[in-house]
Amino acid sequence: MDQRKLRLGFVAATTALALALVLPLAPQTLPLPAHPMVWPVVGAAGAFFILAALLSDQRATIPGLAAAALAAAASLILLDDPAVAGSARAGFWMIVIACWLSAALGVINLAGTCRVRGKRQRTIDLLVPLLFGLTVFHLWEVAVRGFGVPPVLLPAPSSAATKFVYSLPILGTDFVQTFVRGVLTGYAIGCGAGLLVAILAHRYAFLGRGLLPLGNFFSALPLVGVAPIMVMWFGFDWPSKAAVVVLVTFFPMLVNAIAGLNAAGHIERDLMRSYGATHSQALTKLYLPAALPFIFNALKINATLALIGAIVAEFFGTPTQGIGFRISTEAGRMAIDMVWAEIALAALAGMAFYGFVTLAERATTFWHPSYRT
Amino acid sequence: MTSSSLALPLRGSRALRDHPLVERYAPVLTMVLALVAIWYVAAVAMNWSLVRDGFEREETPYTAADVLAGTMEAERPLLPAPHQIAYTFFDSVFGYPPLAPRSLVYHSLVTLSATLLGFLLGALFGSVLALLIVHSRVLERSLLPWIICSQMVPVLALAPIFIVVLGALGLHGLLPKAIISAYLCFFPITIGMVKGFTSPDPLQLELMRTWSATPRQVLWKLRWPASVPYLFASLKVAVTISLIGAIVAELPTGAEAGIGARLLSGSYYGQTIQLWSALVAAAVLSSGLIALIGLIERSVGRRMGAH
Repeated sequence: MDQRKLRLGFVAATTALALALVLPLAPQTLPLPAHPMVWPVVGAAGAFFILAALLSDQRATIPGLAAAALAAAASLILLDDPAVAGSARAGFWMIVIACWLSAALGVINLAGTCRVRGKRQRTIDLLVPLLFGLTVFHLWEVAVRGFGVPPVLLPAPSSAATKFVYSLPILGTDFVQTFVRGVLTGYAIGCGAGLLVAILAHRYAFLGRGLLPLGNFFSALPLVGVAPIMVMWFGFDWPSKAAVVVLVTFFPMLVNAIAGLNAAGHIERDLMRSYGATHSQALTKLYLPAALPFIFNALKINATLALIGAIVAEFFGTPTQGIGFRISTEAGRMAIDMVWAEIALAALAGMAFYGFVTLAERATTFWHPSYRT
Repeated sequence: MTSSSLALPLRGSRALRDHPLVERYAPVLTMVLALVAIWYVAAVAMNWSLVRDGFEREETPYTAADVLAGTMEAERPLLPAPHQIAYTFFDSVFGYPPLAPRSLVYHSLVTLSATLLGFLLGALFGSVLALLIVHSRVLERSLLPWIICSQMVPVLALAPIFIVVLGALGLHGLLPKAIISAYLCFFPITIGMVKGFTSPDPLQLELMRTWSATPRQVLWKLRWPASVPYLFASLKVAVTISLIGAIVAELPTGAEAGIGARLLSGSYYGQTIQLWSALVAAAVLSSGLIALIGLIERSVGRRMGAH
């Protein structure tokens, strides 16, 4: 981003803040200078904006982001005023626009910095998406509360977060029911069975040639559809969910592991033969390590599929706990903030699961070219 | 390779055994036959006590052969035999006029329309997102991690509230289902297209630069043609996912039509055979869609001079 555009952006943000001082905040409230809590914050944000506009190069990032944070704080303080919430007017939105503009400029500036070595680069790589996410959540919060969107349609993230904190015990039992019992059990069985069958298919080529097309076919089927049948067979409790997860995770693992076991090169295979290695030795020392990247690929795909499978299976009948059960009943009662709290729980669990698989991958396939930079 | 031909259980002449058709299809055929055999055995084993209890309740004398015959034609079996499913499937496909509410064709069409609309939306959205990500480094670094995170959210869990919210806004029927399947299927397309758009090697990109091509020309003459194989590969993955999305989106609303609705009513009323035939319909739909995309891929490939 060149210097002129950057300066223009920060000047625009300063102008927006100046307009916020004169324009009405809401129909039944005084303009901004009458709020003793808010106007010093807005003033400080303005000062940072002017500083950023004066610098308008790499050094403008920090004052720009600080100003964005201050403007965000000002908008949140204003929303606590019942006269503003739900009927915010131009003055309020000017503050939001200034905040959004400077955050965007800051992120662009940060992402555009030339690559630096080591730890600082990693911080920047983490900071850019984090700031982006924070801005999105702030906009969501401000838009919902400023426009007074009915919470039945879309709750503010803060109210979902409050609900999350206050209903931790319920969320805990749901987590154990769906994730620990249903997902983890099924995931372990499904992936383990897929890997075992793949090893057999690799050992006996006839089996492999028969299974591979079938595996490809089955992994393209909407297998979550078997959920009602599994509920019929294994009852309402977690075994039926685990069974769905087993079915959903089995075929991706089978297909990927067969591909991975065949990935060992000719030279390595010949080397094993010349050492006179038995099949089990070759398996543990050559084929399985060579298949690890493929196996982890399947593990990652399955991490998402497993959670979806378990939650969908809960739509067909559960004991009175579990993430999917809670979502469908609370959605029926229009308690949307609880639904969002459950979704946040599922998302956190899914991300933690995925992150764990990725860490395990880094630890075991550190030798692979994609990690040796 | 010797071990593979030894494992073939065919006794015919060596020429027959090595015939490419036999070599290719014999293993698959054996596996399918083995699966069907296992299925029949499982059907007998799982329905046995059900049928026996039925005989005992009516206090009629019965033999093992009677029970065995009963397991093959039970009305609400725990596991229906394959021929029962096939019969019900063909009956509900061809036995009614295609738009009757009992016809599986009607339900498949309802689901198919939501799937296709969602697939179209998802493919467009995914490709545009990939285009933005490839062209803007800021977007790549700020958006891509969140796109990956969005797939960790079990999106299907969002389906019920999504439908509630859109219903409150006055949107019913096709669109909410299509949006859910679009949300589900855009991800593989985005990832595949980012890979595809960045697949031209530096040599080709430098050639474009020596011709002083504009970014738009680079896109249309180099990046887009280079990404076509990636596009079709990810479309094949996405179409199944969007079918799953459409089916699951029918569950929480208690929709009265569609494959998901058939699954739901089948599970409520214990109509296992209906349930299985709905599953077969879903399988037929998904493999049909994938085959269709494969056909298009081949004809596009021919036209682009791939073969």
